[in-house]
Amino acid sequence: MDDMIAIILSKYNYWTVITLMMIGLYAMIVKNNLIKKIIGMNIFQTSIILFYVSMGMKKDATIPILEHHPGMQEHVYHAADYINPLPHVLMLTAIVVSVATLGVALSLALKVYDQYGTLEEDEINAKIRKASVKS
Amino acid sequence: MIWQVEFIILFLVIICGIAALWVKDLLSAAILFGAYSFMMCILWAVMGAVDVAFTEASVGAGVSTIFFVAAVFRTSRRTKD
Repeated sequence: MDDMIAIILSKYNYWTVITLMMIGLYAMIVKNNLIKKIIGMNIFQTSIILFYVSMGMKKDATIPILEHHPGMQEHVYHAADYINPLPHVLMLTAIVVSVATLGVALSLALKVYDQYGTLEEDEINAKIRKASVKS
Repeated sequence: MIWQVEFIILFLVIICGIAALWVKDLLSAAILFGAYSFMMCILWAVMGAVDVAFTEASVGAGVSTIFFVAAVFRTSRRTKD
């Protein structure tokens, strides 16, 4: 039983990932303001990036840059001494994609504001319903 | 990787994320989201992902915050939730 509690506590990175993911999902579903929804979407994305970077982490490993010793002609590298850089490279792409989606989402929110004069979702829905009843 | 530092930063990340969604002023929410992104960047630097860390510092904490502030200035600042 103690072993299990120790294993659960040692995965604190993944518990943070789950917490942030649920915070983002809550904001996307429950929040009424469009800007708040977009902030929730961004928190969700960063939680996924944190998950991938946590997967690449190793104990007692250094950053993935090769060390060169002067005077040594041959190098012997141990992969266990370096953090796995593959998830980092994948997540580098994900950060750029997240900024692109943020820009598109904010420009759509600006268009919605120009059309309806508000960013609150219930007011927008009420205006759409009123317009459809009139026509 | 120092687990105490990582623990404190993970706690601050969750606090900043909740605060960014909790405040009723959208400009404060944008600035708190910038603080959240920067805490995330420090966390990745601690975890050894330096390339991800400086991309997040420039793109996540810099450009995203400017986008949010610009969008809030062009729309309304108040919100009900």
